[in-house]
Amino acid sequence: MNIAEIVRFALRGVAANKLRSSLTMLGILIGVAAVILLVAVGNGSAKAVSDQIAALGTNTLTVSSRAGGLTMGVADALVDPVLAPDVKSVSPVVSAAAAVAYGGTSYDVGSFVGTTPGYFAATNSPVSAGAVFGADDNAQGRRVVVIGQTVADSLFPGTDAIGQQVTVGGALFTVTGVLAQKSSSVGGSDADDTAIAPITAVRQVLTGYGTLSSILVEAADSPKVGAAEAQITTILDRRVPAGYRIRSAEQLLDTQAGTADTFTTLLGAVAAISLLVGGIGTTNIMLVTVTERTREIGIRKALGAPRRTILTQFLIEATLLSFLGGGLGVAAALIAARFSIAGVTPIVVPGSVALALGVSVVIGLFFGGLPAARAARLRPIDALRYE
Amino acid sequence: MHPVLEVRALTKVYGEGDTRVHALRGVSLAVERGQYVAIMGPSGSGKSTLMNILGCLDIPSGGCYLLDSVDVSGLSDRQLALVRNRLIGFVFQAFNLIPRTSARANVELPLAYAGIHARERRERAMRALELVGLADRADHEPNQLSGGQQQRVAVARALVTQPALILADEPTGNLDSHSTEDILTVFDELKAAGRTVVLITHEPDVGARADRLIKLFDGQIRSDEPKRPAGRHAEANAL
Repeated sequence: MNIAEIVRFALRGVAANKLRSSLTMLGILIGVAAVILLVAVGNGSAKAVSDQIAALGTNTLTVSSRAGGLTMGVADALVDPVLAPDVKSVSPVVSAAAAVAYGGTSYDVGSFVGTTPGYFAATNSPVSAGAVFGADDNAQGRRVVVIGQTVADSLFPGTDAIGQQVTVGGALFTVTGVLAQKSSSVGGSDADDTAIAPITAVRQVLTGYGTLSSILVEAADSPKVGAAEAQITTILDRRVPAGYRIRSAEQLLDTQAGTADTFTTLLGAVAAISLLVGGIGTTNIMLVTVTERTREIGIRKALGAPRRTILTQFLIEATLLSFLGGGLGVAAALIAARFSIAGVTPIVVPGSVALALGVSVVIGLFFGGLPAARAARLRPIDALRYE
Repeated sequence: MHPVLEVRALTKVYGEGDTRVHALRGVSLAVERGQYVAIMGPSGSGKSTLMNILGCLDIPSGGCYLLDSVDVSGLSDRQLALVRNRLIGFVFQAFNLIPRTSARANVELPLAYAGIHARERRERAMRALELVGLADRADHEPNQLSGGQQQRVAVARALVTQPALILADEPTGNLDSHSTEDILTVFDELKAAGRTVVLITHEPDVGARADRLIKLFDGQIRSDEPKRPAGRHAEANAL
């Protein structure tokens, strides 16, 4: 009996038991699809987090001080081509929560920022419409404001925000630009819920002339972030005896990436459990049918089937079911991965496809092949009487 | 000419220690080519055990079994598969057709294991089904056939390889009288065509149609008598 003949026998065996075949495949399908999809979601959310941080600019340093020693003087001192040659720009920042009103609508902006024009470049925040304010606007304390997309959507739904006047803290500000949308955040704060105005105007209207919230320092380029940090440390040590803290975007990125990794690991564990459950389901169906299959093997042996022929047939059946189920699972996962799930765009990891497929095929082969191998070794009469 | 099958001092013991059961206690018998032998006996007499050993489905605890003058006890698993396939056609009481598989595919199965090509297989399976009068049911699956029809498919499957020996373990045990008649007619025809048939039964009228009746009791042969051999042969030859 040649191999083509045995393959035909196996196909007939799969087709003859449609319910069992489809249940077996379903178990494998669910396991494989769950693993691929959950890992893809974990990976996608990790990617979203790192994208978001990259959008903030990776060569920036944020100086903050709990004791409140940051003044405009400190910020000016950091712009020093001799002591701090690797600093490209310095943006003093004051921020507060503020209500912005337009017509009859009022909107509470999460972070109303007062700063200098260098901030836009340092934080990688271009405008999508209108223009940012310039050094001139800042110097003269003009009341102009650039608003984030969320603010624009809330106050000016369907209309153009540019040139309109909004009320902030009792003063009128003219909207000169709308920031380009940043990638939406995962469970964190909305990066588009912001408004940026010249620091002189904001101090005058909102925050007063106290200390700065922080100072944003941009390094010349990313390899020089460390050098820039050392240089400003030297200056700050003298200027801010009360104590300060420097955080780099890099550190923030590392922390967030660590969190995302944990998240991916967690989803991976859930996925592994689904694979296990799917595997147990498959095993269950295959073991439940052992009695019937053992009898069938007994009949085949009584008709003169050699052991090897029986084994080959049953292994091919198990392989077919495993690969068909696994293949369909991969297809289902790839299709589902095209949609965003809970606000996350899944990114399929090739390794997870190989792993899920491998494990399920091994389960299918093992639990499909093992009982068959055992039955094929029995004497025909024992196989026929098996219960 | 040597006998088709010959067993000498065959014994079979099941279990260990206190639960030991002697199913066969030294059975010796020889069956000549073309004989139609019925084996009868009460339950527990060892008929089925004997039949399973004759069909190479089980192995004896002691004694010797020559099939076509080959000692079967010395054969490997592979060679035994070959013997079951080429020399023996076995009919079970419980039919034992492969479920959800057409009658023709069931009959083709032993030919497939014999390595015969699909076309020839199909033709021979159809001829065997015609012989048992079921050519029109070739595409039916076992659960679409009556018990008698299923057993006739099983008989077709047993004889399709032209085996030296056809063994039937209570082939009519699960059948009504009408179906029993159908099956026995098929066996009569096989006998007439010169095939060797050994069957087990506990119905006297089934046993009465054979040319030789062996009675087993407690794992031993109690009587072994030819039954009107001349008349039977004459009648069969006249058909």
